[in-house]
Amino acid sequence: MIPKFPFLSGPKTSNRSKVFRPSRREFLKIGSLASGAFLIGVNFQCSGPKGEIRTFAPNAYLSINSDNEVRIIAHRSEMGTGIRTSLPMIVADELGADWKSVKIEQAVGDEATYGDQNTDGSYSIRMFFEPMRRAGATARHMLLEAAGKKWEVDPAGCDTENGQVIHAASGQQIKFADLIDLLQDMEIPDQETLKLRKLSDYKLIGKDVPIYDVKDIAHGKALFGADMDLPGQQIAVIERSPVVGAKVINYAEDKALEIPGVNRVIKISGNGAHPGLNKPLEGIAVIADNTWAAIKGRAALQVEWDLGDNKDYQCAAQMEDMIRETLEDGKLRREKGDVKTAFGSSGTVLEKTYRAPYYAHATIEPPAALAHYKADGTVEIWAPTQHPQWARDSVAEALELDAANVRVNVTLLGGGFGRKSKPDYVVEAALLSRAIKKPVRVQWTREDDIHHDFYHSHSAQRIKAGLDAQGKLIAWNHHTVFPAIGGTSSADELHPSDGEMGLGCTDFPYDVPNIRIESHEAKAHTRIGWLRSVSNIHHAFAISGMLDEIAEVRGMDPVEHTLSLLGEDRQLSFNEEMKGEYPNYGEDITAYPWDTARMKRVIERVSTEANWSKSIQDGKAVGFAAHKSFLTYVACIVEVSRDENGKIIVPVVHYAVDCGIPVNTDRIRSQFEGGAQFASSLAMSSAINFENGQVRQNNFDSYQIIRMPQAPKQIYTHIIESQEKPTGVGEPPVPPFIPALCNALYQLNGKRIYELPVKEAFV
Amino acid sequence: MENFTLLVNGVRREVTAPADMPLLWVIRDLLSLKGTKFGCGQALCGACTVHLDGQAVRSCSIPIAEVGEQELTTIEGLSVEGEHPLQIAWQEHVVPQCGYCQTGQIMNAAALLRNNPSPTEVEIESAMAGNLCRCGTYNRIKAAIQTASQS
Repeated sequence: MIPKFPFLSGPKTSNRSKVFRPSRREFLKIGSLASGAFLIGVNFQCSGPKGEIRTFAPNAYLSINSDNEVRIIAHRSEMGTGIRTSLPMIVADELGADWKSVKIEQAVGDEATYGDQNTDGSYSIRMFFEPMRRAGATARHMLLEAAGKKWEVDPAGCDTENGQVIHAASGQQIKFADLIDLLQDMEIPDQETLKLRKLSDYKLIGKDVPIYDVKDIAHGKALFGADMDLPGQQIAVIERSPVVGAKVINYAEDKALEIPGVNRVIKISGNGAHPGLNKPLEGIAVIADNTWAAIKGRAALQVEWDLGDNKDYQCAAQMEDMIRETLEDGKLRREKGDVKTAFGSSGTVLEKTYRAPYYAHATIEPPAALAHYKADGTVEIWAPTQHPQWARDSVAEALELDAANVRVNVTLLGGGFGRKSKPDYVVEAALLSRAIKKPVRVQWTREDDIHHDFYHSHSAQRIKAGLDAQGKLIAWNHHTVFPAIGGTSSADELHPSDGEMGLGCTDFPYDVPNIRIESHEAKAHTRIGWLRSVSNIHHAFAISGMLDEIAEVRGMDPVEHTLSLLGEDRQLSFNEEMKGEYPNYGEDITAYPWDTARMKRVIERVSTEANWSKSIQDGKAVGFAAHKSFLTYVACIVEVSRDENGKIIVPVVHYAVDCGIPVNTDRIRSQFEGGAQFASSLAMSSAINFENGQVRQNNFDSYQIIRMPQAPKQIYTHIIESQEKPTGVGEPPVPPFIPALCNALYQLNGKRIYELPVKEAFV
Repeated sequence: MENFTLLVNGVRREVTAPADMPLLWVIRDLLSLKGTKFGCGQALCGACTVHLDGQAVRSCSIPIAEVGEQELTTIEGLSVEGEHPLQIAWQEHVVPQCGYCQTGQIMNAAALLRNNPSPTEVEIESAMAGNLCRCGTYNRIKAAIQTASQS
């Protein structure tokens, strides 16, 4: 089963045609399909004790009932980005609902009804801004028609506001609910000519809107996957293969079963050394009445493993191999001009090697999922999953069921960052529930999470840059090597995919006449996945570090230097130079080109806001970097200094972002604040190491993430006012922060940083 | 297995558990109070923070047998009357992202303000250093604590 990840696999048009521009007939079909889940389709449904509540639902995403209740479906997963608020608020704004009284309901995994639900790749807003507007506009249009009919006025003179239709000329107003009976006979408006509100008319879009769940969270009432309970459930804790591909030779369960509360011990079969992205690892599950009994039972297990082919894997040795690889010619991924000749005529050649480690996601909620295999052969799941549809398909595949017999309820996610896209833990719960015929909640411990993640890959890169006699950058040769995500599923995938290369490497936007970008082979010895901004993390680190060095050699201000390298305002497509596909984060390059003018705008803005030129004159240790990812343009300035104990602190961070039309400005800022903190961990504290195929780190003592005293103190996010199509902000804050920080540390310490995380010696 | 009587949010509750069961699992699995979260099991992340006699402790690392007569307060019992000033400030600053670590953050901050009603920025950072937030809400946590300390 191949998951659909547009940032890796290129434009996906099939989903789009279904959900983006539904024909009237398709829209009706979507409405009626929804009836099995939450909504009743375009006609009425009566409910309540006496059938007195009548509900109108013009499409799958919203309904209005005769109690004047507006319900909006959140069909994407909430893992901290605020999407559970920001998409429904688009529907509500377009509809003219009373936002404070809107009820939000979380959708089950159901692609036919809701379209794509894979909450990943920073594309919820990008993909669903228009459909959400249309969902709201459809209902609004029908309400206006109904009011026009009732009042015998032109609907064009009516508007919706705060859950009412108003007619300005006559001063009449009526609640949505009081129009419900009239809506029964209304036609669904033609989607091609459907009129949407003007951007300037929105009351929520473009404003700070608090998240829907904030009060529940502050009161401990918000429920996550790990909080789900069913009567009669059991808790499972699993001893998993210590090395990917390890097989159980035998195991003794007696001591585990002696622990009070432990009831069963069950083996789960693995899927080899390249187990794929949605399969459980081989393991022995201890099933108990409560979590503590399961944890103790697991500790009492005796398991003998055949550790398999990865038992001799040392990541430090592979790193040295990868560095050596970068000295050879690799697989050509993009070529422009002739770098070899250009280096021959270069006055100055810089050549640097960059290393970055494996990273774990370390969501504070470790993976957990509750599954109930029922007597009728259907399965119901409650899980903190970014991708309920894939979870559903993966459970169906593992249990050999029709997907129609698997229902996946999405809970809140205690962090995701890409980890909870993979449904391995959901499949574990489903397999175990089937085995014992009771509901089972699988609970990963922190150690499980650190030991058995889908890691961000470690990487080696070498960049060679040639400057002509005038100091102009005329040649750029970038070698990148890292075990690819594809290697998790296949031993034959030795190079990064076009998708991974397009994450900040082959989409090098600078106006350099000779460019050569190469990749090299590296084998995956563990499960490689994607972590917030994926290979943009290491690519931006290397590229923006090198550009800072080149600026210094040329005696130029790094900001001025980057602006000048961007060249003339133009829209890049790269196509003629790419040696493979350029997925462009799943979007057509003509609809979403690489626009150098937009990048210059964010650079100029951040430079002004941070008072950059004065800062460098005053000798402050400030660093700059700019990086576009997930179609969002970001520039970043980081200031570093030392506290009274000599420890590095980050007093101020400035970001400027162009994400097109800003939807929820408060959540844009919160993603940048959090992005800077997340990137601080990657830059300064975190690393996963493998010795003998096993992860050396265990918990937050050895896999460290940033804590409040080391966290950046002030983070300012300057949002460009834009009318461009909106793009996401979950991932784009991460890549430029890391090189901006490293460039600032160089100003402070005089030492260039070529390896992450930044070593103590440097700070 | 032993019988224990705990004073939880002002109410006596009887539970049967092995003496070594961490308070966290007593709270979550036996008392079904889900606001206290599991993050690390080693007192490294603070997601499981509760109060014993008003002091912040990591419930994942305290066996039930050590609780004795101490009064246990979880997020559900932080403010019986309504909203604690921190819970109001948390909403005002829209602190949470995913929200998972936030109850532990609030419980830890509540104990801080109880001991030190007007902490400095450095005192806040130092007191909150044991509470991890992977989403990176530290700046707003700090701002919310400052707001609550002024109310």
